[in-house]
Amino acid sequence: MRVLVAMSGGVDSSTVAGLLHEAGHAVIGVTLQLYDHGAAVGRKGACCAGQDIHDARRVADALGIPHYVLDREARFRAAVIEDFAASYAAGETPVPCVRCNQRVKFADLLALADDLGAEALATGHYVRRIDTGTGPELHRAVDKARDQSWFLFATTRAELARTLFPLGAMADKAAVRAEAARLGLPVAAKPDSQDICFVPNGSYADLVARLRPEAGEPGEIVTAEGRVLGRHDGIAGYTVGQGKRLGTAAMADGTRQIVTAIDPARRRIVVGPPASGTRDVSLTELNWLIAPPAAPLRCTVKLRAREVPQPASVFPAATGVRVRLDAPALPAPGQACVFYDGDRVLGGGFIARGQADAHSSINVSSSKLPSAAIA
Amino acid sequence: MVYLDANASEPLRPEARAAVLAALESPGNPSSIHAAGRAARRRLEAARETLAARFGAAPEDVVFTSGATEADALAIHGLGDGRRVIAGATEHDAVRAAAPGAEILPVDGAGVADLAALERLLASGPPALVCLMLANNETGTIQPVTAAAALCRRHGARLHVDAVQAAGRMPVDLGALGATSLALSSHKLGGPAGAGALLLAPEAAAALAPLIRGGGQERGRRGGTPPLPAIAGFAAAAAAAGDAAALAPLRDAAEAAARAAGAVVIGAAAPRLANTTCLALPGAAAETQVIALDLAGIAISAGAACSSGKVAASHVLAAMGLGELARCAIRVSLPWNATDTDIADFAAAYAAMAARIARRAA
Repeated sequence: MRVLVAMSGGVDSSTVAGLLHEAGHAVIGVTLQLYDHGAAVGRKGACCAGQDIHDARRVADALGIPHYVLDREARFRAAVIEDFAASYAAGETPVPCVRCNQRVKFADLLALADDLGAEALATGHYVRRIDTGTGPELHRAVDKARDQSWFLFATTRAELARTLFPLGAMADKAAVRAEAARLGLPVAAKPDSQDICFVPNGSYADLVARLRPEAGEPGEIVTAEGRVLGRHDGIAGYTVGQGKRLGTAAMADGTRQIVTAIDPARRRIVVGPPASGTRDVSLTELNWLIAPPAAPLRCTVKLRAREVPQPASVFPAATGVRVRLDAPALPAPGQACVFYDGDRVLGGGFIARGQADAHSSINVSSSKLPSAAIA
Repeated sequence: MVYLDANASEPLRPEARAAVLAALESPGNPSSIHAAGRAARRRLEAARETLAARFGAAPEDVVFTSGATEADALAIHGLGDGRRVIAGATEHDAVRAAAPGAEILPVDGAGVADLAALERLLASGPPALVCLMLANNETGTIQPVTAAAALCRRHGARLHVDAVQAAGRMPVDLGALGATSLALSSHKLGGPAGAGALLLAPEAAAALAPLIRGGGQERGRRGGTPPLPAIAGFAAAAAAAGDAAALAPLRDAAEAAARAAGAVVIGAAAPRLANTTCLALPGAAAETQVIALDLAGIAISAGAACSSGKVAASHVLAAMGLGELARCAIRVSLPWNATDTDIADFAAAYAAMAARIARRAA
């Protein structure tokens, strides 16, 4: 089978390329150049390609497979970086990796696969595709600590049907590194990447403030009632649920405070006690990996990348979807809310702002919620 | 593999290979005074005379360099002499990067420099150094260099000509062109990479300021021990390279096949090198075409690849006003040893690729 492998230059996708090549497939390595690395690290005259692109080429050379670098800078800037900044400016906490997977990687590389006569696309994501009689399912990785299914909720069923995730079945990262070493890949010992890729050294808040100056302007930190507790230096530095960077507002009335809402119009960070929360979450941009349900769905949902799924009911509606959590939580607008049945991803959407509408018919108890939860 | 990327690098000519191997067998630095040094010097001067005769310069006005990028930089820095620089809009990066502040001479839709605009530019200020390539690397478009040289002379301007793609593919004679200097590259005419030359008109020879002084080699105009094997191969290739006229029927066959598959030939309205064609397939990204053809065993290129391998948008095609079509264009450049079979293989691969892309886009 001719298969396109999205190679980032890291150990995961390199191992995918190596394993598929070893299995006898005709592997075509592609690396997306998403931003000008030289400009991102602020070094005049630095190459536009970062070390990762050179590493991907070295791996492809070591394997003896063709490898190509695809210029996706303009696309990435429009679809991911500008969206990232706009989302912060709107008081949200974006997930650029979801946008990138959704808008740059999958759709684009599958179209390229078609053009090149390749049957499948493979990536180094830690998720499993399980094929059943009713079609492919997306499942969490065997290694729960590495599971990336939350980041892939926006993958469409058609995309899923043509994508391979060979690392989803790996026991852990050590097993992947062992495979990389066995295959003789020059990146077997390369450290994992930590940062948002397009902010390799520096603060993402600086980038946001450059693109959206309003998100970097100072403002007040207030209680739900509007009492001013302190000052902040730009809403881009805050996310709902955050307890750091609150300064004098970190304690109020003898209680530790956390961010409960962000009000971009008034440039205010709203804080409250950690017990603040909401049970109602409304979502936009839904993607279903099952037939869209007609009736309310019991499942677990995950509101953040690193968090245990919690029980909830999902209510389909004509205008979108509402989620009713069994227990209150602090959903951050802009983040994903992903639905699970055990390990299987059922679907998900982006958390919308202004989700706790007190008059919603399904929202019987929201009048008891602290108003701070209403962003 | 079918190699149709001669404008990136020509396959080594057998005459060049023999000359390189012979030079590799002989020790000696041309600057040494002993017998081995004198033998090396004879080889160097023989190569110089070959190139001088082949391209219309005096032997003492041939300056060997590491390649054409250095020759272009040497001309622009060494003949600039405080002059303003006017550069054609479709010049190679070797020129563009050496003259970042240059005034740009526009081209028409076929890529031909606008001589009326050149005259206005020349008349609008103090004496200039003009850079105008003889043939373009991406489209093969041949520039009206002789006419440009006459304009330059009338306005007291110097004219540097990047003849890298033209040399060995069409008549190139510095004296006949009337230019001030001419840049050449060994590997673009079938020699090894690593050698190039700047040819100077007699009146420019004394004016040239060196970029690299070093030990005063090349009459003080380019320091550093000359790479004799590369230079010997360069000269042998130049002597062997006639012109590319014989490639025209093959190039035309490739164009006909591509047109039948939906392609548009870029710059066809202008005089072009016989080995080069620039083919745009509307709706198909150039990088996709390069990959698809590579996977089918056909080596062609698009735009100018940077060191990362990323294909940058072509400034040449943008200057020709091609808009979106510029993103869909590949360059097919036939090497001196291209065959009918190569073209048949290319035609089949191109048609298959175009059909697949049309299916996906449907």
